[in-house]
Amino acid sequence: MMVGDCAKIMYEVKEVKLYGTWGSTYTAVVQNALKLKEVKYKYVQEDLENKSEELLRINPVHKQVPVLVVDGRPIAESLVILEYVDEMWKSPPIMPEDPYERAMVRFWADFIYKKVAPCSYTILFTVGEALEKAIEEFTRNLATLEEGIGKDFANAGKPFIHGAKPGLLDIIMGSSSGGIRLLADLTGKELIDKDKVPLVYSSVHSFESLPIAKETQVPYEQLLSRVLAKREKAFATEQP
Amino acid sequence: MEKSSSLKLFGSWASSYTHRVQLALKLKNIKFEYIEEDLSNKSEALLQFNPIYKKVPVLVHDDRPLAESVIILQYVDEVWNERPILPADPYERAVMRFWCHFADDKLGPAVGVVFASSGEVQNAAVDQVHENLALIERELREGYFKGRKFFGGDSIGLLDIVLGCGSYWLAVFEEVMTGVKLVDPEAFPLFHAWLREFEALDEVKETIPAVDKLLEYAKAVRAMLLGHCMGNTGVTDAATPATTAAPATATASVPDITVDSS
Repeated sequence: MMVGDCAKIMYEVKEVKLYGTWGSTYTAVVQNALKLKEVKYKYVQEDLENKSEELLRINPVHKQVPVLVVDGRPIAESLVILEYVDEMWKSPPIMPEDPYERAMVRFWADFIYKKVAPCSYTILFTVGEALEKAIEEFTRNLATLEEGIGKDFANAGKPFIHGAKPGLLDIIMGSSSGGIRLLADLTGKELIDKDKVPLVYSSVHSFESLPIAKETQVPYEQLLSRVLAKREKAFATEQP
Repeated sequence: MEKSSSLKLFGSWASSYTHRVQLALKLKNIKFEYIEEDLSNKSEALLQFNPIYKKVPVLVHDDRPLAESVIILQYVDEVWNERPILPADPYERAVMRFWCHFADDKLGPAVGVVFASSGEVQNAAVDQVHENLALIERELREGYFKGRKFFGGDSIGLLDIVLGCGSYWLAVFEEVMTGVKLVDPEAFPLFHAWLREFEALDEVKETIPAVDKLLEYAKAVRAMLLGHCMGNTGVTDAATPATTAAPATATASVPDITVDSS
């Protein structure tokens, strides 16, 4: 079931399964990493409104997707999964070799998850003043990310964060392209602006153009209609 | 090897996140310069080295800064290979990273709320802490960590350092807040046993401040947190919605001892 020669993988595995859900960026992040490394895996679609017994068994702590199960052993949390995948299937690498650069990748990945991603979620599901605040915060954090990338990665923008080949940060940002488009459509603003955040823009745009990324992307119209339905529900329950 | 040509650690004496890094450097026998930060009056240097979060600990190696304790620990392990704190096997590493996230995303914040609140809000937070400890206890009893003396095996590793530096506060908090039981040895026998083993290690004893100093500090912080929000003690969240905002206001004005110190 495994692709590649012995030198490419840490040690032999027989079965790789990915539990994910349709339209989820975090699921897409893992799918793209696996595809980048040409890892053969079986995809198991989970309905988060009706979680399977299996999911609850393999991720009892968070009961969330994505979960990667390798020869029966589960790993949860997309960032943890990504580092595992990189250590198991070494080619092509998605982390730099230098320890300081690796620390910078981890720092900015953590920043994206802690500061950028939550804002974007808020933007999708709020209106009025709360929305304005969320957009402000998102824009501010994005500017911080852009500045940080420029300072910490000498080859950013050429066109990926580390230069010619995509790495962990490109995978994270590039896998969000559907979400980014949603933000633009729902707010009427181009939040990932080519002139304001050129390095982030270059990473996202270059990654989403890769054939593997296109394969992973869900049809946008369907994503949009699902989010609109969720918004309607969310706003309906807020009515006084 | 001249790897530690210039190594500085900015920290705070009561910060468990600072202790993590101090412990790792001690285990690896790495020399460094320690700079104590007054968190109510942060130095220019700290703000320059960690402009994003403005927190301790910050490690500066050959003038290049690193922030966020778990990131610092992994960096230290990758640069100084002696006495490794991360395992070699990728799956084992993934398990350790997962539980480090759990400690910092779930357990730590819940403990923080317990300390910064009272009444119903505190009760709910205590339940949350117990739920989180139960998950760890289960892994020790019948899951991945079954039969291990430490999470890292026979000697302490990344997860022991992350969970351990912080867990000693649980007993301190129990002393300060009478009636609140966080680590009941009957409910969490294996976690309790692990913590006692961890605290008995020489390197840990040399890193963590004396309990009476911690107690004095914790009492002062607790008094300030409660006085700050409610004006008296024992008021429940029904009367004072500000209680739920307590952790936020607390971190603004007081060194937060259970999350990356601000």
